[in-house]
Amino acid sequence: MLKLEKDILTDKPEVDPAEGRDHVLAQEFSVFYGDSEAVARVSFGIPARLVTAIIGPSGCGKSTFLRAINRMNDLIPHCHVTGGLVFDGKNIYSKQIDVVALRRRIGMVFQNPNPFPKSVFDNVAYGPRLAGIRRKSRLSEIVEQSLTRAALWDEVKDRLGQNALGLSGGQQQRLCIARALAVEPEILLMDEPTSALDPQSTARIEDLIGELRGDYTIIIVTHNMQQAARVSDMTAFLYEGRLIEFGSTKKLFTKPEEKRTEDYITGRFG
Amino acid sequence: MNSRQLRQSLWFSIFGLLTLAVVAAIVVIFYRIGRDGLGVLSWEFLTKPPRRNMTEGGIMPAIVGTFYVSVLTLVISVPVGMAGAIYLHEYAGQSWLVRVIKLSIRNLSGVPSIVYGLFGLGLFAATFKLGTSLLTSALTLALMSLPWVITASEEALKAVPNGFREASFGLGATRWQTISRVVLPNAVPGMATGAILALARAAGETAPILLTGAAFFLPRLPRSPGDRFMALPYHLYILATQHTQIETVRPLAYGTALVLIAMVMLLNLVAIIWRYRIRKNRLW
Amino acid sequence: MKRTGIAPESHLQANTFRRKLIDQFIRFGFLCSGLLVTAILLLIFGFLISKSWPALIEIGPMEFLTGQRWMPSSPRGAGYGALPMILSSIVVTVAALIIAVPWGVGAAIFINEIAPTKLKELLKPFIEMLAIFPSVVLGFFGLVALGPFIANLFGLSSGLNGLTGAIVLAVMSLPTIVSISEDALNSVPNAYREASYGLGANRWETIARVSLPSASSGIIAGVMLGFGRAVGETMAILMAAGNALNMPITEILGMPVPTLMKSVRTLTANIAIEGSDVAWGSLHYHSLFVLALILFVITFAVNLVADIMHNRFHKLNRAR
Repeated sequence: MLKLEKDILTDKPEVDPAEGRDHVLAQEFSVFYGDSEAVARVSFGIPARLVTAIIGPSGCGKSTFLRAINRMNDLIPHCHVTGGLVFDGKNIYSKQIDVVALRRRIGMVFQNPNPFPKSVFDNVAYGPRLAGIRRKSRLSEIVEQSLTRAALWDEVKDRLGQNALGLSGGQQQRLCIARALAVEPEILLMDEPTSALDPQSTARIEDLIGELRGDYTIIIVTHNMQQAARVSDMTAFLYEGRLIEFGSTKKLFTKPEEKRTEDYITGRFG
Repeated sequence: MNSRQLRQSLWFSIFGLLTLAVVAAIVVIFYRIGRDGLGVLSWEFLTKPPRRNMTEGGIMPAIVGTFYVSVLTLVISVPVGMAGAIYLHEYAGQSWLVRVIKLSIRNLSGVPSIVYGLFGLGLFAATFKLGTSLLTSALTLALMSLPWVITASEEALKAVPNGFREASFGLGATRWQTISRVVLPNAVPGMATGAILALARAAGETAPILLTGAAFFLPRLPRSPGDRFMALPYHLYILATQHTQIETVRPLAYGTALVLIAMVMLLNLVAIIWRYRIRKNRLW
Repeated sequence: MKRTGIAPESHLQANTFRRKLIDQFIRFGFLCSGLLVTAILLLIFGFLISKSWPALIEIGPMEFLTGQRWMPSSPRGAGYGALPMILSSIVVTVAALIIAVPWGVGAAIFINEIAPTKLKELLKPFIEMLAIFPSVVLGFFGLVALGPFIANLFGLSSGLNGLTGAIVLAVMSLPTIVSISEDALNSVPNAYREASYGLGANRWETIARVSLPSASSGIIAGVMLGFGRAVGETMAILMAAGNALNMPITEILGMPVPTLMKSVRTLTANIAIEGSDVAWGSLHYHSLFVLALILFVITFAVNLVADIMHNRFHKLNRAR
């Protein structure tokens, strides 16, 4: 076991997955690209209002699984799914689901910060405007709230009109989080949100995740095990598309049940 | 020097000379047309209509006519071409239908310009009874420029990073909202450069307008799309080969050629500078 | 944080019908513009056939393809033999490519493999400038400059013949051939070159035995494309090749041999000359559509083959 991880984990409360409701529930869920199975018959429940990390070596299907939750994989040709992925009592992939409404309730932050080449204000107001909010005062209110929530307000409040691409990488990523929060999602998906950032910006994003915990269900994919240990309550370990182990982060990192989990977190492969 | 090196030097010199010959050909063309054309250029040449059976005077109606027909062409082909490109790049994915459309675009761009001309004559002028006119010529050129516009628009759409689309979809935007609010604002400048390049090409085309509406000589400018028109490339062709006093009008032909080249090159230059500025100013 | 009510709970199915309808409607509009291109291609082909039909029925396709007398408006027995034009188109185009291919490929090799980077960056845009010359300007240059030069060189009374036309066409196809050959050379993996250098080959040996053979199928696809363009070129050939109806054939020792020393008129030139004052609906009018149909079929077939070869080349390249 890595020493650092133990330090991080000592004051982490043990979380019982049975406690609280499952916000997203995967049941024998698979994702295929053409004939190849990227995610293979995965079953587990993601608890509401906690932070769940998905770890695993690259190519293990963790990003694919994450993007399946708000159906971003729909944009990829020849991609199809089997099994169940339940959110709010309904299968995300059932025909009655409106993808657009789904994505408003399940927001996403991407690996590389991808603000639009618009002003800071327009970036955050993008989602509310899609939802039909036109009044400037209302938009201003939402923008301020969202930026404050994303711990960016103090840094950008004097340059809301400037192009967002002029911000630093870390600020851009927090802007993307603010932009996602402005739509008021219940779930926030984060796809390796700090892999393109420097350590200092990474730390700020991790702090932010801690602050958002409790208000939102956060699912974060990361290849950085220490990050998973630092920020998450629950951790799922995926390997070659299969769920090897799922449990409280503390338990998974200190007393893994599976040999492969232990090998991975101790850095023997991956 | 051994024989292997000798052979290499020999071949390299041959390739160098071939390249030099390409450069020389371009220089000679410029020089000949520039030398004999510059003498004719004057304010009057650019702003006055031809006089005395086109042996004197200027080429103003031809310049204006070329401007009219190429702009009208773009007005028709750019919206359709942009829409086609949006379908191909933003909606279609990779179905058999897309392969068929793309194959059609490539084949359409290979159809000889004179075939477009005869087709335009037969369909627009004769069958649709539009007659030989500015509109018939513009419709014909629009068909011809459609593949250019689609290809250029598609390139502009390709240049918009996919992250923008993902971010927009992730925020609950529909496809059309994503296209209209994020993709198009970033693609339009690139599409516009493509449109200017298409304008330059359309302005230089002769064969399609030759059969569909370009006129030998007109004392006045066209007043409606139903009128015939004079055009620079056609005027050059007439002065060079069809005029009764060919030797007398030769200087005017040189002048016309020079103006045509200058116009086309200017448009290309504008497009290149614009594209350069877009690339320099954009942050992504 | 106060809820703003943008995404009320349990609204996964709400308000979707109208929006879906709008989205489908917009999608359909874009689909139509995409399909329009295919429709236009089919329309051109269908229209050419339907307008050629009266002439093909009355005169017969064999007369067009094998007849040598083209006199549609002659009062004493009209002739509709298009063979001189078909042969002229082919002979001049082939000659143009015989000039342009070694020239263009040689220049591409120089630019891509030999020239230092700075010279390369200067040469590329300069040669691309050739592509923006309107064909009527190049035809004019052939008429006033190249023609007299050729006449002097060979001691002819007029230099406006197949050779002048072929040279002008060759110059016109240079930018295409140079840029396609360059692309093909560029897509040869550097590992091939390094392997060759590693075995002791010098630069020329590497180009001749590794780069060129690997790029050849890509270059050939480019040449096919150039053929399609050149055979359809109108103004340059109309002005530079003399525009007289002749068989581009001469006899050497009783054997028919193609020649470039005669004035010729190609299919394209003939449509341009006669199309502007033909009576609409006459047999002559319909027979011009037959010429256009022949041109369309030739260019379509050549472009299709070029396309297939181009795809195969790139598939092969991706595989390695």
